Amino acid sequence: MIKVNGRDYPWRAELSVKQLLAEMNFTFPLIIVVINGKTVPKDEFTCTVIENGDDIQAIHLICGG
Amino acid sequence: MNLEEIKNSHKLLGTFNYQLGQIDKGYTNRTLYVNLSAKTFAEKPVTELMKQKFIGGRGFGLKLLWDGINDNTKWNDPENELIIAPGPIGGITQYPGAGKSYVVGLSPLTQSAMDSNVGGYFGPFLKFSGWDALEIQGKAERDVILFIDGTKGTVTLEEAPLEELNSHILIEQLTEMYAESEEDKVNVSVVTAGEAAQHTLIGLLNFSFYDTRRKAVRIKQAGRGGLGTVFRDKNIKALVIKSIKIRGDLNNPHDLSTLKKVGKKMHKEILSLDDSQCQMRKAGTTHIVKIMNDYDLLPVCNYKFGSDPNANNITHTVLISKYFNLNGHDECWYGCTLSCAKVINSFKLKTGPYKNKDVIVDGPEYETLSAAGSVLGVFDPEFVIETNFYCDTYGVDTISFGTLTAFVMECYENGVINQDITGGLKLNFGNAEAALELLHQMAKGEGFGVIAGLGIRRMKKLFIEKYGANPDFLQDIGMEVKGLEFSEYVTKESLAQQGGYGLTNKGPQHDEAWVIFMDMVNNQIPTFEDKAEALFYYPMFRTWFSLVGLCKLPWNDIVPADNHTTAEPAKVPEHVQNYVEIYNGVTGSDIDNNELIRQSEVVYNFHRVFNLRMGYGTREFDQVPYRAVGPVTAEEYESRQDRYDRQLKEILDLNTAEKTTEEKVRILRNYREEQYQKLCDAVYLRRGWNSNGIPTLETLQRLGIDFPEVAEVVKKYS
Ligand code: SF4
Repeated sequence: MIKVNGRDYPWRAELSVKQLLAEMNFTFPLIIVVINGKTVPKDEFTCTVIENGDDIQAIHLICGG
Repeated sequence: MNLEEIKNSHKLLGTFNYQLGQIDKGYTNRTLYVNLSAKTFAEKPVTELMKQKFIGGRGFGLKLLWDGINDNTKWNDPENELIIAPGPIGGITQYPGAGKSYVVGLSPLTQSAMDSNVGGYFGPFLKFSGWDALEIQGKAERDVILFIDGTKGTVTLEEAPLEELNSHILIEQLTEMYAESEEDKVNVSVVTAGEAAQHTLIGLLNFSFYDTRRKAVRIKQAGRGGLGTVFRDKNIKALVIKSIKIRGDLNNPHDLSTLKKVGKKMHKEILSLDDSQCQMRKAGTTHIVKIMNDYDLLPVCNYKFGSDPNANNITHTVLISKYFNLNGHDECWYGCTLSCAKVINSFKLKTGPYKNKDVIVDGPEYETLSAAGSVLGVFDPEFVIETNFYCDTYGVDTISFGTLTAFVMECYENGVINQDITGGLKLNFGNAEAALELLHQMAKGEGFGVIAGLGIRRMKKLFIEKYGANPDFLQDIGMEVKGLEFSEYVTKESLAQQGGYGLTNKGPQHDEAWVIFMDMVNNQIPTFEDKAEALFYYPMFRTWFSLVGLCKLPWNDIVPADNHTTAEPAKVPEHVQNYVEIYNGVTGSDIDNNELIRQSEVVYNFHRVFNLRMGYGTREFDQVPYRAVGPVTAEEYESRQDRYDRQLKEILDLNTAEKTTEEKVRILRNYREEQYQKLCDAVYLRRGWNSNGIPTLETLQRLGIDFPEVAEVVKKYS
């Protein structure tokens, strides 16, 4: 199990940041991903693999409207 | 009829000559007062106290309105006023988004003080013609045009019987009439409403600007709260202003070099990053449709649902590929590199009085794509564009039109009203033709359009009293607070945004607080205290734009490349610092980001007391319809059953398998309604208000607005 924005999410081996965002339907372009307190650069979303137990923040920078 | 004939029919009712004067650090230090009943004019000084406390823009509007009316004034009394004010930063050309002005008056929808922001050139031209605000009171006997000639220092009030009323024709006629040549058109700006503004309570105001590249008069809208209805009630056909030629130093700032420096940095940021961020320069705000649909936040069928597979038909991709005319210059004021004011150069109308005519359409923006689209269950871009055009030219707010039509459609589908009542209109969700016909009826002041044009709050009363409708059901599905229709976001899964709509001064408009993602998606504000802090900071921060004359969009629809490394990326700290520097650079003040918030807090609390003075502004008026909070019907619940069942299990430890949908709807409702009340308590506390939502005397003292007449209002409720 991993945490995504403080909520439980099932983990599986080889799950990348890019896949996770796609599964969550997180399509907004201005998004910051932080894993266990460390920011993942956007160009590393595909190659960054998530470990079981990771705490992930996917912060959408939209204050919209 | 030719223009000469139209012009010759004008009858001069009054003239006022004034010294053009000097702008000093963003202020002209005087406002222009016009009384349409008495046909009189006056120059009012702007005091240091007024500048300190009310800053400008919406702040000046509220202060002038407060002084101009009495406790019993109604929106259609002659004492009601319309005030237009740009703010001290308004009119600079160095930083993007600095041409906004604010319209203030008593709203026919909310019966209290309304403010609506707008682009176009009128606001800055007003300042460059010598005035920090235009204050109009009284009512003309017949249709008039008020003309301010900022090149000569004259104001004239002219009876104007022959011009068209609808905006797309009227703005062309008046731009042509008051400009001396093709080159001079860019120095003229016109404010108009339209035929529907006088038959409905949801009238808007169009503010024009001349697009030299397209050689066309364009418009931006002050849409919310029915201020176009007030305009027509005063028998104003148009306001026209002519300015001296625009230069970068006209605002006479304290320190022009700072404005240039900060502006240059910002332009560079926009030009290098917009393509990889929101693509505002290409798509304008339409890029939000797909995002809202993806995150289940796009209003569909009167906010029952948050997404629909057909929404793909009305996204930015379709608009860019088939409709928008893009030339890289879509700014609604000089110097706005974010350039989001998109336009459709040529659109052939299919209905109404201008059927088969090719017209230019300003927009659609995100809100209109929902209001004239998804919220009605319509996903046809041609219908959205046609509705956009007619709303603008008739002078009707697209947001109120869409949200109230969606309410009507749900009433129709539930048998609250029928074809006998609608005059034959089959107002089912998805019936685009019927919705457009309703709009045309509003313009003609005929049929069911007259009833719909009253807005949701009055329709609820009428349907209950006249047709025996169930008041609880109408209260649940009628998307209005304080009498104003909701703007276009689904808030069911964001408690904070429910407050962002309910705990506002003017009603549910997102320009005050928009915290859905922080709350629902990012889960950054989980506790009541966190939510209350967000509903303190963001409304105050956003209020500041309305005081100084700025557009909100360049604040966070583009962010610096390293924004994510800052302590609070959602606030976009670098841009906040830009604003501090620009304000100081214009006015010569020395504020910091805390003082910026305090400036807003003063006006925000003053507005709250204003509502109180008019008989509103307490907790009871901050309540939201349940449709904004959770699923009203079994249909809604079942459409997102997994989500709601999971919440009932996780939060309330409920065995959902043993419950019917109706039972689950009720249990979820009890829980969510209780949460909303707790949110109100937390927000009131953070804002320095008592448990009834009234600013305490200590709060007024802290902010320095415990003026006798303000304190008096609060004391009455203590
Ligand atoms: S961002 Fe758009 S609305 Fe704002 S000032 Fe620029 S063009 Fe106008």
